[in-house]
Amino acid sequence: MTEILGYPREDGRKGIRNVVVVAYLVECAHHVARRIVEGANHTDIQLIGFPGCFPNDYALKLMKRLCTHPNVGAALLVSLGCEGFNRNTLHEEIDGSGRPVKTLVIQKAGGTRSSIDQGLDWVLSTQAQIATQPQVPMGINELIVATICGGSDGTSGISANPAVGRSFDKLVDQGATCIFEETGELIGCEHIMAERSITPELGAEIQASVNKAERYYSKMGYGSFAPGNADGGLTTIEEKSIGAYMKSGSAQISGMIKPGDIPPNGGLYLMDVVPDGEPTFGFPNISDNAEIVEMIASGAHITLFTTGRGSVVGSAISPVIKICSNPETFAQLSDDMDINAGKIILGEASLDEVGEEIYQKTIAVSRGQASLSETLGHQEFILTYKKFDAIGPACLPSH
Amino acid sequence: MNTTTAQDKRLIALSDEDNVLICCRPIKANEVVMINGTEMQLSTAIGVGHKVARQAITKGEKIVRCGMPIGSATVEIALGQHVHMHNIKSDYMPSHDRHAVQGKI
Repeated sequence: MTEILGYPREDGRKGIRNVVVVAYLVECAHHVARRIVEGANHTDIQLIGFPGCFPNDYALKLMKRLCTHPNVGAALLVSLGCEGFNRNTLHEEIDGSGRPVKTLVIQKAGGTRSSIDQGLDWVLSTQAQIATQPQVPMGINELIVATICGGSDGTSGISANPAVGRSFDKLVDQGATCIFEETGELIGCEHIMAERSITPELGAEIQASVNKAERYYSKMGYGSFAPGNADGGLTTIEEKSIGAYMKSGSAQISGMIKPGDIPPNGGLYLMDVVPDGEPTFGFPNISDNAEIVEMIASGAHITLFTTGRGSVVGSAISPVIKICSNPETFAQLSDDMDINAGKIILGEASLDEVGEEIYQKTIAVSRGQASLSETLGHQEFILTYKKFDAIGPACLPSH
Repeated sequence: MNTTTAQDKRLIALSDEDNVLICCRPIKANEVVMINGTEMQLSTAIGVGHKVARQAITKGEKIVRCGMPIGSATVEIALGQHVHMHNIKSDYMPSHDRHAVQGKI
């Protein structure tokens, strides 16, 4: 197999893409940032941003992690000028990482047209500059692979999800880091996850995080269960959870992280995505892309996205590989699906065979092959307000 | 395809202890299937991903899928009946539909 070539970063990590991000720091700067990205019309010049005017520690932390993600080679920050986002701290963090960075303040740059022109000049010249950066060999043990399920149905838990679990087992065996998440969709699985944890103390932390998720969602008035899940045969949150849980495979759980925490070494990690304290800003994650962004902020190079009903999303910064669990959905949406796990439902392929196919696709995309969502131009991104306490020492026993 | 043999791939048990089967190919209303050696006609159509009772299930009994409980029966469920929101409920938090009103689950 041809080796993976990565873009080396000063912090020692390597990227499988070399993206220039254009980040708006308040909704008021969104239009200018979007016009810069549209004007550039280049796969590797991508739009991200945070819409709120009030400062938020979580949003700042995630923007820092995203703008210094190994798949990111440079960043343009687009500020209106008066918003609460700490643009100087973010700029310094990116500058300190060795990446080209520019902050464009619309109020000082002559308004909309002038800001778009200045931003466009900068991203085009910077992209051309970083495109010549040499790549270096990258091991599978340097990869971080995340997984999410969206638009799940009654087939997800028996085809795509356990097949991803098989690919996770192989990746973890080879030293890679794998992340699974959404404690609100693991309700009912807390006891078995605790048993798989490398220490009893980590197991207790995981059980507590699922209990927190149950309390939080109860207060919100809805579980993490969409009407489409029921259309597809899922009846209860614990049934959905059992299916979602299958994505984690069978490796021991090495730790539990929160969004933006980078796993310290290889192994399988659970991400606790439910905010701490009293519910303050609403639902933990308002849609699938919010979860994908959180795993990218924790360093994910690639996200394996399983779907039964048929999600079509991708993401900015890190490629999304889509694995379709339902043969009827695959027939409808095959242009969007990288992997057909519906073959398992029809008895035409085994879990091991599809797991191997997912693993091979993960390596191919790491080596530069575009996933279908990349080819179709999907670069969804969403970041909202949240609040977290730092993880406790028991969450990362090997650190 | 012979729809009356136990090897019918349209309904599968994920685990020996399960009391529901998962539908892997669409089944039309009134089609004949074999469940646990009993040949029977299904009263409703069953879509891919949906569940049918593998045995008679009493009210309050746990529904077991993949060897794990996924909720409890809210009514008596007959062998071969569609198992879904009309006859089982979560033991954690209720599921909502598109007519849900926030805070009312």
